[in-house]
Amino acid sequence: MNAVTRPLATIGRVTLGFLALVGRVAIFAGQSIAHIVRPPFYPREFLTAVLNIGYFSLPVVGLTAIFTGAALALQIYSGGQRFSAEAVVPQIVAIGMVRELGPVLVGLMIAARVTSSIAAEIATMKVTEQIDALVTLSTHPMKYLTAPRVLAATLVVPLLVGIGDIIGIMGGFIVGTQQLGFATGPYLNNTWNFLEMSDIVSSLIKGAAFGFIAAVMGCYHGMRSGRGAQGVGRATKTSVEAAAVLILAANFLLTSFFFAT
Amino acid sequence: MIELTNVHKAFGPKRVLDGVDLTINRGESMVIIGGSGTGKSVLLKCILGLMVQDQGTITLDGEDTSKVERDAFLARFGMLFQGGALFDSLPVWQNVAFRLLRGSLAKPKEEAREIAIEKLRRVGLTPDVADLFPAELSGGMQKRVGLARAIAAEPEIIFFDEPTTGLDPIMSGVINDLIREIVVEMGATAMTITHDMSSVRVIADHVAMLHGGKIQWTGPVGDMDNSGDPYVTQFISGSAEGPIEAVR
Repeated sequence: MNAVTRPLATIGRVTLGFLALVGRVAIFAGQSIAHIVRPPFYPREFLTAVLNIGYFSLPVVGLTAIFTGAALALQIYSGGQRFSAEAVVPQIVAIGMVRELGPVLVGLMIAARVTSSIAAEIATMKVTEQIDALVTLSTHPMKYLTAPRVLAATLVVPLLVGIGDIIGIMGGFIVGTQQLGFATGPYLNNTWNFLEMSDIVSSLIKGAAFGFIAAVMGCYHGMRSGRGAQGVGRATKTSVEAAAVLILAANFLLTSFFFAT
Repeated sequence: MIELTNVHKAFGPKRVLDGVDLTINRGESMVIIGGSGTGKSVLLKCILGLMVQDQGTITLDGEDTSKVERDAFLARFGMLFQGGALFDSLPVWQNVAFRLLRGSLAKPKEEAREIAIEKLRRVGLTPDVADLFPAELSGGMQKRVGLARAIAAEPEIIFFDEPTTGLDPIMSGVINDLIREIVVEMGATAMTITHDMSSVRVIADHVAMLHGGKIQWTGPVGDMDNSGDPYVTQFISGSAEGPIEAVR
């Protein structure tokens, strides 16, 4: 192999490796969906996942949303002053939170909190032979571990996004009325009147997609973890990286789909 | 009867199993001995279908294990894992009754709990352990819980993977005696993999020595000390001199 073909071979190898990875993840995601719809079902594991992914994520989602909404109001006000458009704070906070920041920030928080936790838990189970034990106890690991988590995340993250949107708008409202001099009634009216149903629907669909991605990445990397503490650490790190990048990529695609025309 | 014929398994260039032939008769307690990294666990995982052999056949009562219905096949087995492999998120009794709470062997929760407590008693643990979590137990207690889980559904065949690893000699003795008692009491077929010779002498009816990917010797445990096989002789004596390289 000479100096000309070597870089080409490297590019080819990397491309093939990447495509193989995409294929493996796609197959895993498809299998997860198949296990969600086919019995046996594990309602207890599903409810535990709902609690872990949904209820226990509320504080971090709420705090992230309120500070982001508040900062957004300040930015729009100061930026809007440059061309006498400071009055649009309520509308831009609402549209910014509902269309973009709410779903993306909740998605990234879920990637940080839930994907890492799922990957670390499943990877540890793999390293300590608990996954093998499940098989010997006639329980399919994907059905018992993956399906409940993926279903729970897909259903619960849209709710978190909805709550995050409301709290974010509330953060902007508090700053707008307490610091920037907006009147309460007109602020709420402007927020409410400006939002359209399509904004809310797109926000919730994004939430479902991001929840699905976050859970699938956690389960996939956990199941494919290497041995020992290093394997668990690598699986956890890779799962969060992959989930964050895929969430941002999916956000672009969904935004293009809903709002590009 | 479990029968392995010409079983091969490699990981990349490393041939772990290189033509294993072995028969374990019904109701017999077979112990596989061999050094660390000689493929004992791989052999066991191939029988259970946790790994797929590259070549060769494994049959259970004459049926190819790769072609049987998985749930029915696995329902015949119980397994004690080396580290216990207890589920951290479940209390002890739910670990023991795992198989009884779901799937084809599912029983009402109260009945499953009663069976779990009875099995815990059988392995020398008191009922108050039932509601603890695995992380709250010592290594020896975790092994006992693992043993209780392995026998909870009264399987026909029980596998023990390094049952005494990490335990002190007294606890090892207790676990060995328990395994022997339970296997005899249940009339189960047992397969144990270990490199602990005290376990071998207590648990085994038959012994097989795995080395170099092959069964080097197999025979009744009573014949082991006078087997005349250089691998077995060196392994029993723990000598650095012999056909098994001390540095692998």
